[in-house]
Amino acid sequence: MANQLTNIDRRNFLRLTGITGAGLVLGLSAHADGAATVENLAAAGESFELTPYVVIEKSGQITIFNTKPEIGQGTFQSIPALIAEELEVSLDKVVIQHTGGEKKFGGAQFSGGSASVRTSYTSLRKVGASAREMLITAAATQWNVPVSECYASDAKVFHKPSGKSLGYGELAEAAAKVEVPKEPRLKDPKDFTILGKSTPRPDVPLKVNGTAQFGIDVSVPGMVYASIERCPVLGSKLVSYDDSAAKKVKGVVAVEKCERIHGVYRSEGVAVIAETYWAALQGRKALKVTWDHQGNDKFNSKTYEQSLRDASKQEGAVEHSQGDFDKTFAEAPVKLEAFYETPIVSHSPIEPMNCVASWKDGSLEIWTSTQVPGRIMDEFTKTYDVAPEKLKIHVMFNGGGFGRRLYPDYVHEAVQLTKKIGRPVKSIWTREDDTRMGPFRPMTFSAMKGALSADGKAIAFQHKVISPTLDMRKDYDKTKADRTMTEGISEQKYEIANMKNLYVHHYLHLPLAAWRAVTSTTLAFSHECFIDEMAVKAKKDPMAFRLGMLTKESDTKNVLNKLKEVSNWDKPLPAGWGRGVAQYEFFAGLGGFVVEVSKKGTGIKIEKVYAVIDLGTVVNPDTVEAQVQGAAVMALTAAVKSGITFENGQTVQSNYHNNQLVRINEMPKVEVHILANGGPRIKGVGEPGLPPFAPALCNAIYAATGKRIRRLPFDINKIV
Amino acid sequence: MIKLTINNQTYEVDASPEMPLLWAIRDMVGLTGTKFGCGMAQCGACTVHVDGNPVRSCSFPVSAAVGKKITTIEGLSERIGEAVKKAWIELQVPQCGYCQSGQIMSATALLKTKPKPTDADIDAAMQGNLCRCGTYQRIRSAIHRASELIQS
Repeated sequence: MANQLTNIDRRNFLRLTGITGAGLVLGLSAHADGAATVENLAAAGESFELTPYVVIEKSGQITIFNTKPEIGQGTFQSIPALIAEELEVSLDKVVIQHTGGEKKFGGAQFSGGSASVRTSYTSLRKVGASAREMLITAAATQWNVPVSECYASDAKVFHKPSGKSLGYGELAEAAAKVEVPKEPRLKDPKDFTILGKSTPRPDVPLKVNGTAQFGIDVSVPGMVYASIERCPVLGSKLVSYDDSAAKKVKGVVAVEKCERIHGVYRSEGVAVIAETYWAALQGRKALKVTWDHQGNDKFNSKTYEQSLRDASKQEGAVEHSQGDFDKTFAEAPVKLEAFYETPIVSHSPIEPMNCVASWKDGSLEIWTSTQVPGRIMDEFTKTYDVAPEKLKIHVMFNGGGFGRRLYPDYVHEAVQLTKKIGRPVKSIWTREDDTRMGPFRPMTFSAMKGALSADGKAIAFQHKVISPTLDMRKDYDKTKADRTMTEGISEQKYEIANMKNLYVHHYLHLPLAAWRAVTSTTLAFSHECFIDEMAVKAKKDPMAFRLGMLTKESDTKNVLNKLKEVSNWDKPLPAGWGRGVAQYEFFAGLGGFVVEVSKKGTGIKIEKVYAVIDLGTVVNPDTVEAQVQGAAVMALTAAVKSGITFENGQTVQSNYHNNQLVRINEMPKVEVHILANGGPRIKGVGEPGLPPFAPALCNAIYAATGKRIRRLPFDINKIV
Repeated sequence: MIKLTINNQTYEVDASPEMPLLWAIRDMVGLTGTKFGCGMAQCGACTVHVDGNPVRSCSFPVSAAVGKKITTIEGLSERIGEAVKKAWIELQVPQCGYCQSGQIMSATALLKTKPKPTDADIDAAMQGNLCRCGTYQRIRSAIHRASELIQS
């Protein structure tokens, strides 16, 4: 597909970005590899809806726009790097600016699905390469020399024979008049100076000296603070409230209702607004609110979990079928069945949900930590009837995302409050709000069936998933399998001739959400532990059993072979130790782990963790290592800490003391290996390191102790 | 009015005495490098030094800080603090970065008392600082690196 660059409607664009003195402005007609055309924003008419990505000012300042909010995953470096590499400029000479969902920046302004690099790799390099070629053409024209005698380096164009040079700033205006190349020549990867290298991230120094601005750090003139009381019984309705005592608290300026909008889940809360956050918290304590629980105060985790077990008896909708599972299973000489259970968990980013919103003269301004500026622009212009040009979104550094900040429920509340009181409002959720209110990653329960031939080969396999859905719909069409809730279960490369994977929907009234690596975080556990159970039943080594089902070449086979090599899989371990392996492929990518554990009293100790992530192409190996180590920690927390449970409709956990996260003393050493052998598919970084960790750990525990773990979470100190 | 000495500067804040020091630092003095995470001394994001000792400012009444020397991430400038910050950048420790001010304040306090900490020392001193991104492995390496920088 033709990828052309464009030079965007400059006046409008400059007004949006506040940049003056721009020479060259290059953008994309869409943001998706293969579909985008690169455009010259200076030459284009008003009608263009283009995404500007790079601006070169006459002063020489280069600004690169990042449409992928920084949530810790490294897009503040990896996305600008794609342009900077081709533009021949180092990142320390570039200003990086987050976009705020402006229509002119096009779609795909979000961070999620480990999608940022893998969907931008070619299109953004083309933006950089086009700018470079236009600058070179402008210089060659000025010098009246052939383009072939010129090259770009370090933000300058050089004439090779004479050695003379011109800076990009000096060339920007002339370059803007050059026709955008139809097919800019991309650099040969062997000449890369940024991509594929462990390049320092420009946000790191700011995060070390305390100057990085997160949403919660924003302060605007006239701002007041809000703390919102929401019913501890989720799914309740607000009946009435008495704010007389709250209004007597010094500093309290107003008490107002607001609605939390989270897809089909809606709930009203009562906000206490004050001159200081502390006063807002004191005022909130003095509120008297009456709720109608709608019967949800009878909800308990134990009862709901039993209802999931009961629901597993249903046949379910077919998600994927191949061969004849039912017949093969019925007639198989060796068969096994197992039932796996996982918990509800919280995202718990350390920066609580917060938002500063200011409504003034029909214009709305929002400052927040969010993964989805594009969604906020679309959703809020409609919900609050604001024209896109009257909505300004400032995307701040996110103090953790993990999927939580894909949902702007906390932004809705702040916007409603500023509209009501006519002053800028900063709403901050307490940690208790965050822990109790969700949205939560739902559990999945899995009913597994497998069959082996007499010589121990896998001949039939079934993964039946029982769960609610992320869209929280009660009227779910039970004849259909939900692809998100069955994520990856039919994508594994194991060659098993007869397979029938199923889905049973079971409603849950709670606010639910995607969590880092979504449903693969629970399904990989049941899937890869059950594969291990089949290996044990077949009396085969778990690694050999898996590789035996991978006769065809595949990335999965490469990952397992690499894990076998780096972990010295065949080398005997000390007595009392065990090792386990797991891999999982899903929409975001592919990773695998080997975990080694030893018996320690009644529990186990994680001795060593080997990780392999398959990317095809890598942008920043240092970031990838950090992401995979971090994913392992998050997976460990989800496997061995309490998770979220409910009694009488209320969340039992409230803060980090009873919703614990893994701490530094519990952190295993994780050795990360990256497979980047090219190939057509670029895979994601942020999520694939998560799903295979828990099954590799539990398979290792089985190897060390003979105890098969089929329910998360479990107590790592009480295994035997 | 309550008088506070933060990073060698004196501030007067109009705060109720029981208000946590954190909100005085962030909302009244305007130093936002110190973060709010939990409000009950469970996560360590709000760690500052009070007379050189690490303190969870979210659970420390502002009245208790009167007459004491408060240091926040913005004021961390002496040799050990600089070494910690340098090691943090060298090893690219932060991911989202939100907890890192607190991590750095705790690590600096550790190195002041134990310039050559063992892994067990690090576990003991840093257990109170949560990192949801899971940067612990690099935090450990960076503390050892800062220790080297201090010795050299």
